Amino acid sequence: MSELRERIRQVIENEDVAIFMKGTPQFVMCGNSHRALEALRAVGAPVTAVDVLPHPEIRQELSGLSGWPTIPQVFVRGELIGGADIVEELNESGELAEKLRESLGDGYASGDERVVDVLATA
Amino acid sequence: MSGIERLRELLERAFPDAEQLEVHDRTGGGDHFQVVVAAPRLDGLSLIDQHRLVNEALAEPLADGTIHELRIKTRGTG
Repeated sequence: MSELRERIRQVIENEDVAIFMKGTPQFVMCGNSHRALEALRAVGAPVTAVDVLPHPEIRQELSGLSGWPTIPQVFVRGELIGGADIVEELNESGELAEKLRESLGDGYASGDERVVDVLATA
Repeated sequence: MSGIERLRELLERAFPDAEQLEVHDRTGGGDHFQVVVAAPRLDGLSLIDQHRLVNEALAEPLADGTIHELRIKTRGTG
């Protein structure tokens, strides 16, 4: 397994809520990434973001791991929840907050946002 | 064949008995699409598995860059 793929896998598995997106929460570069992020923000999810734009390999390796072809991709504790449409729909139905409470506990809603650079060498 | 026609053909092949099957070009530019599928094949599946089937049906245009952005709306018919 490539080092990049391993770093992506670690983000997916170790972060409470991971979003792989175009741009960063501070500077979103795509409408669908924006929709997914706003749905996560609406429920106060703690968000760890990975920008896929700096290198095409990030996206290739990610889709290889997840089997999901498009960006954004949202994971909760290692489980793929979906892209923008699903996260938005789950937010509207209340299932997103329910899922987060179930996976992370009642006090999950810190609203913290951080960015991880998967290209950076340790 | 336009992008819309190609996507429609692929979806019709994957969901031949669809109750509802729509493909919209959201921007008129031929690469931002919205698809709506309601089909018996989606009955009983979670949203993510429903979207997976649509993504699989459209794997080729997703991979070759025909689709720059895709919005998906799905439901079962049960």
